[in-house]
Amino acid sequence: MSEQDVLVVAEIDGGSISDSTLELLGAAAELTDGSGGRILVALLSDDGGAHAMHLAAADRIFTVDDPLLANYSPQPFLDAVSELIRRENPRVVLLASSTIGLDLAPALAARFKAPCIGNCRGFAIDGGSLKATCSFCAGKLVAELQIEAKPAFISVLPGAFHPAGRTGIAEVESVSIQLEAGAIRFEEMILADASDIDITQQDVLVSVGRGIQQEDNMEIAEELAEVLHGALCASRPIVDQGWLPATRQVGKSGMIVKPRLYLALGISGAPEHMEGLAGAEVTIAVNTDPEAPIFEAADYGVEMDLLDFAPELTEALKRKKVAH
Amino acid sequence: MIHQTAKPHEHVGEGFLEELLSHPEGHDILACMQCGTCSGSCPLGQSMEFPPRRMILQARRRDMESVLSSPSVWMCVGCYTCTLRCPREIDLTDTLWPAVRDRALQEGVQPPPELQTALQNLYMYGNVLGKSPRKRLDWAKDLDVPVTDLSKEHTEVDVLWLVGCYPSYYPRNQVVSRAFARMMTRLGISWGVLGVKEKSLGDCDRLFGEEGLFETLVETNKELFQRQKFKTLVLLDPHSYRALQVFYPRYDAGFPAQHYTMFLADYLDKLKPMLTRPVPCKVTYHDNCCVGRRCGSYEPPRELLEAIPGVELVEMERNRENALCCGGGGGGMWLDGHITEHGGKRLSDERIRQAAATGASVLAVSCPYELSRFEDSAKVAGLEDQIVVRDIIELLAESMGLVEGDNS
Amino acid sequence: MKIVVVLRQVPDLIEPLEITSEETALDYDEAGFLVNESDDHALEQALLLAEAGSAEVTALAFDFGDVEQTLFSAAAKGVENITTIPWEESAPPSADVASSMLATAIRSIGPDCVFIGCQAHDELEGALGPRLAVELGFPYLGVIRGVSATGDENVVHAFKEFPGAAKSRMSVRFPAVLGILAADQPPRYVPVSRIRAAMKSAEFDEADLEPVGCSGAVAVTRLSFPAKGDGAQMLTGSEEEVAEQIADILIEKGVLT
Repeated sequence: MSEQDVLVVAEIDGGSISDSTLELLGAAAELTDGSGGRILVALLSDDGGAHAMHLAAADRIFTVDDPLLANYSPQPFLDAVSELIRRENPRVVLLASSTIGLDLAPALAARFKAPCIGNCRGFAIDGGSLKATCSFCAGKLVAELQIEAKPAFISVLPGAFHPAGRTGIAEVESVSIQLEAGAIRFEEMILADASDIDITQQDVLVSVGRGIQQEDNMEIAEELAEVLHGALCASRPIVDQGWLPATRQVGKSGMIVKPRLYLALGISGAPEHMEGLAGAEVTIAVNTDPEAPIFEAADYGVEMDLLDFAPELTEALKRKKVAH
Repeated sequence: MIHQTAKPHEHVGEGFLEELLSHPEGHDILACMQCGTCSGSCPLGQSMEFPPRRMILQARRRDMESVLSSPSVWMCVGCYTCTLRCPREIDLTDTLWPAVRDRALQEGVQPPPELQTALQNLYMYGNVLGKSPRKRLDWAKDLDVPVTDLSKEHTEVDVLWLVGCYPSYYPRNQVVSRAFARMMTRLGISWGVLGVKEKSLGDCDRLFGEEGLFETLVETNKELFQRQKFKTLVLLDPHSYRALQVFYPRYDAGFPAQHYTMFLADYLDKLKPMLTRPVPCKVTYHDNCCVGRRCGSYEPPRELLEAIPGVELVEMERNRENALCCGGGGGGMWLDGHITEHGGKRLSDERIRQAAATGASVLAVSCPYELSRFEDSAKVAGLEDQIVVRDIIELLAESMGLVEGDNS
Repeated sequence: MKIVVVLRQVPDLIEPLEITSEETALDYDEAGFLVNESDDHALEQALLLAEAGSAEVTALAFDFGDVEQTLFSAAAKGVENITTIPWEESAPPSADVASSMLATAIRSIGPDCVFIGCQAHDELEGALGPRLAVELGFPYLGVIRGVSATGDENVVHAFKEFPGAAKSRMSVRFPAVLGILAADQPPRYVPVSRIRAAMKSAEFDEADLEPVGCSGAVAVTRLSFPAKGDGAQMLTGSEEEVAEQIADILIEKGVLT
C-alpha cells in the first residue's frame, strides 16, 4: 500500500451507484495523479457487490456484503468503513455531502482522531500537505485550508468534480467484517407521494425561495410557471413552511433536477440548494441581494425584487408568445 | 409547557375581561349595546367568525376560548371604520383587537407564519423586512443633496425625519424618500435623519398584539429621540404617525410629530411658487386610515394636490371618513394569505377599481404600503395601463422639477 | 426521557461579513449573531416531545455571540433548565474544543438523549453532532426531519431524510445524539413580553469547565469572498426592459414555445 492512497466511500441510491460517487472517483483521480497513490473504494451492500462493475475507474474495490448494510444505519456502516481504513491506511477518505456522508465523515474523523472538512469544492496535495478549498457561511465566503494529519476525511460538494467514467480495470476484493446492528436501526423506507408531478422530469422549473415572503405571493410564481409551461418548485424553507409538498423541494435533501431552464426567484443560493440544480442548462436568478451566492452559479442575474419583477416577466412572455 | 405563563390560567382566556377593564381605554367595552354597527361597517366583517360585536359579547360572557383560537383574530386590518362609527365611541381598533391578539399570543396561539417572520424581523433587526440595520441609510447613497446623519453628528435640526422601514429599504419607496429629501432641502428646511440607528416605531406590532415588542421599541425610540434636538418629528408612514400620536404618550414618550402631508401643507405658501411645471392629469386621492379616520386629517393632502398646476382632483364615491381601506394596516401587509384563505378578499383590489371608476389616470396616496399594494392590485385587475399609483411627494417633486417625470 | 439541546450561535448572514486583516478568519467582533437555525429546530422538536409525554429539556450553550437572547427565548418557550459554558474568546470554539467541552457538560447532566442541529453554516470541519457523539460514546443519526415517541420511553422513532423526498424511519434506543434538520413543526413563536419576563426571572446554571486547547489539525490559510469573475451575466434596466431581455433569451434558447 502506498502512503498516498485515497479511499472513496461509495453510495448506492435508488438501486444504482450515486452520481456523487462517480464524482468522488473523479476527485480521487485528481488527488492521486502523479503521486503513485491508489484509488480505493469501499462498497457496502447486501448484494455481494453487484455494483462494483460501475466503479471500475478505481484501482481496487473492497466489497463488504452484509444484510445489515442493505439500508443505512450508523453502526454497521461506521464499523465497516473503519475496518477498511485500518487495513489500508489511506491518506485521504472521500465522502459525498449526502445524508449518509454528513453523518459518517465527522464520526469517522473523531474515531481516528483525525481531521475532517466539509463543503469541499477543490483540493490538491502540495509538498506533503493537503490543501482544500471549501464553501463557508452558506457560500458567501471561500475558505482555503491546510491539513497535515492523516487520514483526512473530506466531504465533497456535488458538482465540484467531474465524474469518472464507469470503465476501467479495478480489482475487486471481498472483505468479511463482523458487524453489529447497534442501537439505531433501520425500520422502513418511506417513499415520496407518487401522486405529485416529478420535477426531475420537467424541462422548465420556476423555483421560489424566502424572497417570496408570503404564501399569498406564490401565485406570482405560479403564473410565471404557467406561461412557461413549467412546474413550480422551491428551496427547503418553503417546503418547511408547508407551502409546497416535499416532492417540490430542490436541493441536497430534496430533488436533483436537470431542466432546460431553472428560474430561481428569491433564492440566495446556499450550497444545499445549489446541489439540486447543478444539472440545469440555463439558470436565471432574481434576487435583491447583489452578493447572493446564486449569482455566481447562474447564467443570468437580475438584481430586483421578484415580487415586482416576476409579474413583468410574465407579461413580457405573454406578449412574445402572441407575437411569435 | 406551552401554556407556562406568568400567571397560569385554569382555562384559556380566563380573566380577559377583567384585564381589559383595568385599562382606561378598555373600560368603555361595557358601554357596548350590541348594535352591530361595527360588524356591519367592517370591510371584512362578513368573513369573520367573530367580528367586533361578537368578540365583545364573548368577552362579557367570559367565554374567550373559541375566539382566541379563531382565524378572526388575525383578520383585522386596522381601518378604524368600526371605531369611527361606534355610537358608544368604544376604542375597538386600538384597544380591543390588540388585547385579544396579545392574549392569543400569551396562550400560545401561533400567528400566521408570515406575521411571525415580520415580528421576528422587527425584534431582531428593528425593521419588518429583515434587512441589515447597517444598510438603513443606503437609499441616500449618491443623493444629490446633503444629508445630516444624526447618528454621527450632534446638530440641532428643525425636523427629525423618521424615514421608516419601507421607505428606507424597498426600492419603489426609496424613490419617494429621495424626492422628499430634495424637496425639504429646496424648501430650506433644516432636517436630519437617524441613519443606521433608526428603528421602526412599532406601530404594526402594537396592533398585532405584540405589546412586549412594542414596549421594547418605545423604550429604544424614546432614548434615541431624547438625545436629539429638534422641533418636530416628520413621518412618511401614517401608521407610525398614529403610533406617536396615540400610543407613545401612554408610555410617557410623547413627542411633537406630523405626518408629511400636514407638515408640507403648513409650507404651502412657500411651496406653491416652486410648483412650476404642470402635471396635467386627473387625480383621485385615497385617504389612508391612520391620518384620515383615526386622526381626522382629510384636507391637507387635497390642498397639496390642488396646488399642483394641471392637476384635476376628482373624488371617489367613498372618500374621507368613508374611504375603503387598502387592507395593509394592522398587520394586513402580512395577512393577505390568511385573509383570503378564510373567505376574505384583498381590499386594495376593490379600491383600485373604485379609483379607476372616477376616470382618474393617477391614484395619489400618502402611505408607503399603498404604493406596492395598489400597483399590485392594478396589475391583478388589469388596470395598470389605465391608472398609475403615485405618492403625493412624487407629484409635487415632478412639478418642482426635482425628478425625471416618471419615477427616477 | 431527559433531553439536552445544544444551541449554537452563528454569524448572522443578513449583516455584511467582514474578514480580519490577516485574511484567515471572520472578524467576529463586527459580526451579528443569531441562533443556528437547525439548533432552533432541535429545540422545537425537544419541546414537542416534552409536551407529548414526560420528557424534560435542558438547553446547553456556549456563552458566545448573542446567546442570552436565545436562552431567554428558550426560557420563555418553557425550558426550565439552562446551562451555559463560559467562553471568553471573540471567535467561537473549534470543533474539537466544542465537542470536548460540551461532552463534559453533558456527562454531568446525564441525559438520555442529545438533540443538536445537523448543520451550521460556519462549520468548516463537518457537522458537530457526530463528533460529539463519539466523544460521549453514543451513536449518532443526522439529517432528521421529525422525531416521535414510541410506547417504550427509551426508544424513539427518527425520520432520516433521503433524496427525492424519501425518508427512512429509524428506531433509536437511548442514549443517542440526534442531528435535527427540521422539527415536526417550525420553531414556535413566543411573544416578546414573555421573553422580557424571562429576562427578569430566568436563571442560568454555569458549567464549571476549563477551556480546552485545540489540536490545530485544520488551519485556515485564507478566507476570502468568492471571485466575481465568472458568474451570472447581470441584466440591467427597468423591469420592463429586463423582462424583454429575458423573454428574448428564452426564445433564442428555444425554451419559450
